[in-house]
Amino acid sequence: MDSSVFFGFTTVAYFLSMTAYIAYLVSRNRFIGIGATAITVAGFVSQTIGFVKRFFEFKDLGQMGWLRAVPLTNLYESLVFFIWCLILTYLIIEFRYRNRSFGAFVTPIAGLTLAFIDLSGMSKSIQPLVPALQSNWLLVHVMMSFISYALFAISFSTGLMYLIVRTEKRNEPAYIFWTVMLGVFVSLLAAMGLDFLTFKVAYMGKQELMRSYLLKASFRNESGAVAALSFAAAAALTFCTWRFGGVLRKVITGFSISHEMLDDITYKSVAVGFPIFTLGGLIFGAIWADQAWGKYWTWDPKETWSLITWFFYAFYLHARLMRGWKGKKIAIVAVLGFIAVIFTYLGVNLLLSGLHSYGSQ
Amino acid sequence: MDTEVKKKSIIDRVWDVFASVKLAVVLFALISLTSVVGTVLEQQAEPEKNIEVLSKMFGLSHDAAHSVLQVFEGLGFTNMYHSWWFNAFLLLFAANLIICSLDRLPRIWKLVTEKVRPLPVENIGKMSIRRELALKGTSSAARDAVLGAIRKLGFKPSESTGGNGTQWYAEKGNYTRLGVYITHLSILIILVGAMIGTFFGFNGSLRLREGQTSYIAVAPAGRLTNQQYAEMDAIIQGINKHQGSVSQAAASFGVQESVLAAKMKEYGILPLGFGIRCDNFNVDYYDRTDMPKAYRSWLTVFKDGRPVINQKSIVVNDPLKFEGVTFYQSSFETAADDMSSGVAILRVAGKSGQAQELHLKAGESFTIPGTAIRGQVQNFSPAISLDESGKPFTYNQQMTNPAVFIEFTENGARKYGGWFLKRYPQTWNLPDGNRVEFLDYWGVEFTGLQVRKDPGVLIVYLGCIIMAVGLYITFFMSHRRIWVNVADGKGGAKVLIGASANRNRASFERRIEKMISMLSAGHQGGK
Repeated sequence: MDSSVFFGFTTVAYFLSMTAYIAYLVSRNRFIGIGATAITVAGFVSQTIGFVKRFFEFKDLGQMGWLRAVPLTNLYESLVFFIWCLILTYLIIEFRYRNRSFGAFVTPIAGLTLAFIDLSGMSKSIQPLVPALQSNWLLVHVMMSFISYALFAISFSTGLMYLIVRTEKRNEPAYIFWTVMLGVFVSLLAAMGLDFLTFKVAYMGKQELMRSYLLKASFRNESGAVAALSFAAAAALTFCTWRFGGVLRKVITGFSISHEMLDDITYKSVAVGFPIFTLGGLIFGAIWADQAWGKYWTWDPKETWSLITWFFYAFYLHARLMRGWKGKKIAIVAVLGFIAVIFTYLGVNLLLSGLHSYGSQ
Repeated sequence: MDTEVKKKSIIDRVWDVFASVKLAVVLFALISLTSVVGTVLEQQAEPEKNIEVLSKMFGLSHDAAHSVLQVFEGLGFTNMYHSWWFNAFLLLFAANLIICSLDRLPRIWKLVTEKVRPLPVENIGKMSIRRELALKGTSSAARDAVLGAIRKLGFKPSESTGGNGTQWYAEKGNYTRLGVYITHLSILIILVGAMIGTFFGFNGSLRLREGQTSYIAVAPAGRLTNQQYAEMDAIIQGINKHQGSVSQAAASFGVQESVLAAKMKEYGILPLGFGIRCDNFNVDYYDRTDMPKAYRSWLTVFKDGRPVINQKSIVVNDPLKFEGVTFYQSSFETAADDMSSGVAILRVAGKSGQAQELHLKAGESFTIPGTAIRGQVQNFSPAISLDESGKPFTYNQQMTNPAVFIEFTENGARKYGGWFLKRYPQTWNLPDGNRVEFLDYWGVEFTGLQVRKDPGVLIVYLGCIIMAVGLYITFFMSHRRIWVNVADGKGGAKVLIGASANRNRASFERRIEKMISMLSAGHQGGK
């Protein structure tokens, strides 16, 4: 059995656990809850085995030893690893806070992303390492970066949930902020999903075109009508989120998730993610750049955006610890910080050119 | 008197501005926003490239994009990371960091150095972590158990006895409050290291053809006209001809040494103080694909005319260091217009076992050892492939699949002939058991090297280590204080615990919880 079998099983497991978690929330039956956790753990174990297997497969192909066989060299592999980190963090939260309610939010993200990878026909083949990536720093730099991205993703979700729980009036700035945020976020995700789905049909999987194809299926479509329709759909979605945001609040509060807990998780994920990001992403990245390119800092777009991200979270920590920012204000900062993360992870590779262009395939 | 007060207040005001988090936020925002523009516009690029970026991204016409670009260029955005204003932001950020830290230091220092003191019982009950429990049995046994438990938590408590019984108090990790200072200091160290690198180091490049030696590196100083480019080229050639000696080169040009030195500075020509030769360059590929596996250069370093490092091979991620200068493999090229001047390196082995290594130019002939068979190198292809009808053709000029065509004759009669491919040893065997190994086609490839001298890099690394330590202390350690008061109660001892931690309070609370449960369980067990 190769790694893809295990990843396939993982996708099914996360879908089942998603159903189980939702069933648990509705029924409050203890056994369903235990079952949901068990399925998630099973999926997670299977994903771990798959990851290790792929490590072996990569090692056999590249013939460069362990440290240079990290299966984290393209978009597919990095998304799979991102999901792995996300589920791991979720399981830690579930065991520490003894609260299963988040499962209903996290497992759908995991299952849908994995299913989306399958549907999109993203290239899953193992590609041998290009010379620039042949370094022992690859393992620590890329892994730590992704672990911090996953932690920031958690802080984004809990920050957003905090805002959802704590806002009531529709004309409140924080309410407008999160509804617009969520609306745009979901619209963009949907648009990119459409890109991936139509891309294969339109271009027969020519990878190098992917970059210029971004949002071509919707907002940037050649046909003006389709583009206008896409904008209208996004606006409608955002409006609906704004109009019916109260429903979401009731759902979350109904799940016995307190806002103190959300605030606590947001802060903790940033407090752990920030040092990991600084060390693994910035410092190890600089040392590697020094060895490979002869300069530890070149203001390459990826580096610059990492610095912007770093500034954002440094601001979050200072505002919270020095200025005593609390509640909605600090939650907004956490949500905004993740936009910088997304841009560092995907945007730079998809939109800008530079030295870090390996991930765009 | 009056003026003095006024003066002081201005300094105070400036100090307050620099000590504020507000300024830090403004600077964060300025650095971030300008950097965003800097990542969209390609830095130090040809204007056409950025015009294309602008017109694509914002749907501008060519002319509109051109004028927009001119505005940005005027503001320094096309080389913004070297512009005065961007570096001013960084300096202001450093000043903000220093003054902000100094401003808060006295308060933190007091917290760090102030010894923990016994507290009145009612104050213990006001701490952020507080617990109460009753222990049965003699009060001396209870005291011993409590003291043991506090020690087990890792504290070395002091004791004070008063009207309310015995109180133990202790603290741990008071110096961890300085963690944030260590982190801030590390940022300053990194900035200092970066500045040393900018002022006392250089960053250049070098393009060497196989067999070529250079005594200089070039750090291009802006766009050049054709005439300037020719002059620069002449200077480089002159210096290399005189093995790096600027004075000899100046004499050969008939100018003063200082004039030549000034010209070199103008063009960014950096004398290395030694010579570096590219002996060979090669690209390895994954199996049968054209996917590169390694770019490898073999370099020899000459000092005072003698080789000191011989044929050292470098690849991407594994540079060569000599006298503080580092050479990185960064690119490669082929002399596409001069392919025929290369030398084919062959190892010719007769079936009787005799072998010979040969260097041959196109048109030259050789004899297979131990036979009367003669071979002639007739043709060369940097990248050979077969078309649909099976006819060989060259598919690029990048040496992806080099091949030589050799024709063999015996006593004047044509015997056989064919293509020998460097990457495919199965093409090396001749039908009669002789063998011609095509090892390399040498002399037509250029290696591109990044040349760097940076005396500040160790300081930057030091700063990075300090930052890692500082972050660890800041986020994963805390200043923890604990007070435990044991008083005699009815039928046992009344224990009051108060504690605080400046960070990660929950984990400290859990440890205290554990201590309490052990304490009550252990005490009952001993009864």
